[in-house]
Amino acid sequence: MSTSLLQAPHMTNHLDLLESHAIFILREVVAECERPVLLFSGGKDSAVLLHLAAKAFAPQALPFPVMHIDTGQNFPEVIEFRDSAVARASARLIIASVQDSIDQGKVADPGPLGPRNRLQTVTLLDAITAHGFDAAFGGARRDEDKARAKERILSFRDAFGQWDPRQQRPELWQLYQGKVNPGEHLRAFPLSDWTELDIWQYIEREHMELPRIYFAHERDVVLRDGMYLAVGPFVAPRPGEVVERLTVRFRTVGDANLTGAVLSHATTLSAIVDEISLANVSERGATRGDDKFSETAMEDRKREGYF
Amino acid sequence: MKLAAKDLLRLATVGSVDDGKSTLIGRLLVDTRQLFDDQLDAVVAASEKRGVGDLDLSFVTDGLRAEREQGITIDVAYRYASTPTRKFIIADCPGHVQYTRNMATGASTADLALVVLNVAHGVKEQTRRHLCIAALLGVRTLIVAVNKMDEVNWSETAYLSVVDELSTLAHELGFASMTPIPVSALLGENVVERSSHLDWYDGPSVLQALEACTAGSWNHTTTGARLPVQWVLRQNGGGRTYAGMLSGAALHVGERVTLLPANVETTVVSLTSGSGAHQAATAGLSIDVGLADETDAGRGDLLATAPLPTLTKEFEATVCWFGEQPLRHSQRLRLKHTSKVTPVRLQEILGVVDIETLSVNAGDQLTTNDIGVVSLQTADWLVVDDYRDNRVTGSFVLIDEVTNATVAAGMMGRATFL
Repeated sequence: MSTSLLQAPHMTNHLDLLESHAIFILREVVAECERPVLLFSGGKDSAVLLHLAAKAFAPQALPFPVMHIDTGQNFPEVIEFRDSAVARASARLIIASVQDSIDQGKVADPGPLGPRNRLQTVTLLDAITAHGFDAAFGGARRDEDKARAKERILSFRDAFGQWDPRQQRPELWQLYQGKVNPGEHLRAFPLSDWTELDIWQYIEREHMELPRIYFAHERDVVLRDGMYLAVGPFVAPRPGEVVERLTVRFRTVGDANLTGAVLSHATTLSAIVDEISLANVSERGATRGDDKFSETAMEDRKREGYF
Repeated sequence: MKLAAKDLLRLATVGSVDDGKSTLIGRLLVDTRQLFDDQLDAVVAASEKRGVGDLDLSFVTDGLRAEREQGITIDVAYRYASTPTRKFIIADCPGHVQYTRNMATGASTADLALVVLNVAHGVKEQTRRHLCIAALLGVRTLIVAVNKMDEVNWSETAYLSVVDELSTLAHELGFASMTPIPVSALLGENVVERSSHLDWYDGPSVLQALEACTAGSWNHTTTGARLPVQWVLRQNGGGRTYAGMLSGAALHVGERVTLLPANVETTVVSLTSGSGAHQAATAGLSIDVGLADETDAGRGDLLATAPLPTLTKEFEATVCWFGEQPLRHSQRLRLKHTSKVTPVRLQEILGVVDIETLSVNAGDQLTTNDIGVVSLQTADWLVVDDYRDNRVTGSFVLIDEVTNATVAAGMMGRATFL
């Protein structure tokens, strides 16, 4: 005992503080809400979220299931990673399928190659209602988008799943309060204050596994609307488009037909951290077709109940 | 690249509408190259679309459709900036009086307030209100951007007159330090680089002042260690640990702690955070604590080292009221303090703060955005510190029992200036 008192306290840096804050939020929501769920896409942010959730409740099992809103337009490497990550965390996986929403006639069928990003909102809200979830953890970060920069860490959704940016609950100190009435729910964003660089530095520090497509590899791509799209089941070359074999990696992971690859030779986590430190273009600007529709594309989708 | 050990500084912008808070933050982010090219392009495109010139810097943070249409800030925007040794979390707060609740949200976790005011207008009522709330919330450090210096021909006299007025107020409100800086956010003068128009000024630019101040003063405290129990973890092979975020003094393995409100003393045998086991932990870390003796501690209890907090069911507090309906005598609400939620009743309104004079006057209700001193009675025991001694065990929120909306921010005790 006497020696321990003489030791200097554990020194904290920004990653320790971000980790502690996220773990605090995870525990607080689980304590205050009846039926939370963790939304998991297989991307880097949700991978970090699942990693933190496992830490927050170790050695016990996760006190909530993990849910994937499956558009059916995934990269196979991401699905493979999803299954192994969920198994590693001994979590229960719920798959809510956009195809089911299409088959049930709840949303219009955009065709086999059509974008399904916006349809996810219906599938997500239906699944939240069907399972009676009152809180959904998401890996969204405030540095991703100007509408997300405005959102609370615990973000209230009304009985229609809508976000009202003009009527957000005050969120003082770290007194997160998660009570909702039946039919309403919360979105909880433990990674709100993390930047893309923080995420990569943390993944490197924790030696986390990720889908292989985050690392540089050779792939057939076509250049469309200024983005390199991977040629595959969901992207066929259009007339006039040239298929090139390039060394690329993915900076974000979304639907295969909306997510652009970036030219990169970064094959290790430390090379990715270097690359992100020097990037001139934001991750969503570089890689996401879904944000390019209008100035307030994200705000409009969020109001409807999007992630 | 080596992983840099950075500290974390949280700041909030404070000041009246149209004095240029969002423009200053926009300028700071653009001139320190924290914005990506596509984000800057989007701001340029939005500026052109709305006919407000080549580059409206306020669009960097005013991201909502209604904000851009009306040219005002409605809710806090969080932006991030980074230097080799420091990560900044910037809460750009709204100036309008009806969005005071959002300003308080942004300022409640701030290490310092970046005050922005228009040199030609001086200290407006809303600036007073914001500074008063920042002081109540325990912000101790002010960096003051005296903005729009270009509009008064860089006049030192105009600058000094505003600084004089503000110094008096900052002194009354008990801030520990104040660094005034003449700037033009629009032209980028004295924001990142020192200005060439201001040969009479030899102090720092805004960025230099931000880099020089102390991070982590959010956790400034004079109490012993405080660990509100958030969650009980059952360990493999039996035994329990108690998880929560530490505040107050550091906690060490081997140290005696008291479980409250049960008032049971025991010894810390283990401290574990996300990065493993430790001999000691400091404020701001989420830790699991192992104890030498079996206890029935649960969520809502508190582990503390001396000097111990106070056990109470009736107390005086300062509240900022955000509810749309007035707060009145004997009203019932819910109160959340650390990890504890309990019914609460307003016993008495002891006074309502007059922002203009900082005096506390008699009153029988608090209307939206009023600050008042009240006495409250809770159903369950709370274990509290004075807010000025510990922001975690000294703070609470009041919650509407029907809508679950957060209707007030509360601080145990009474600020010295009230």
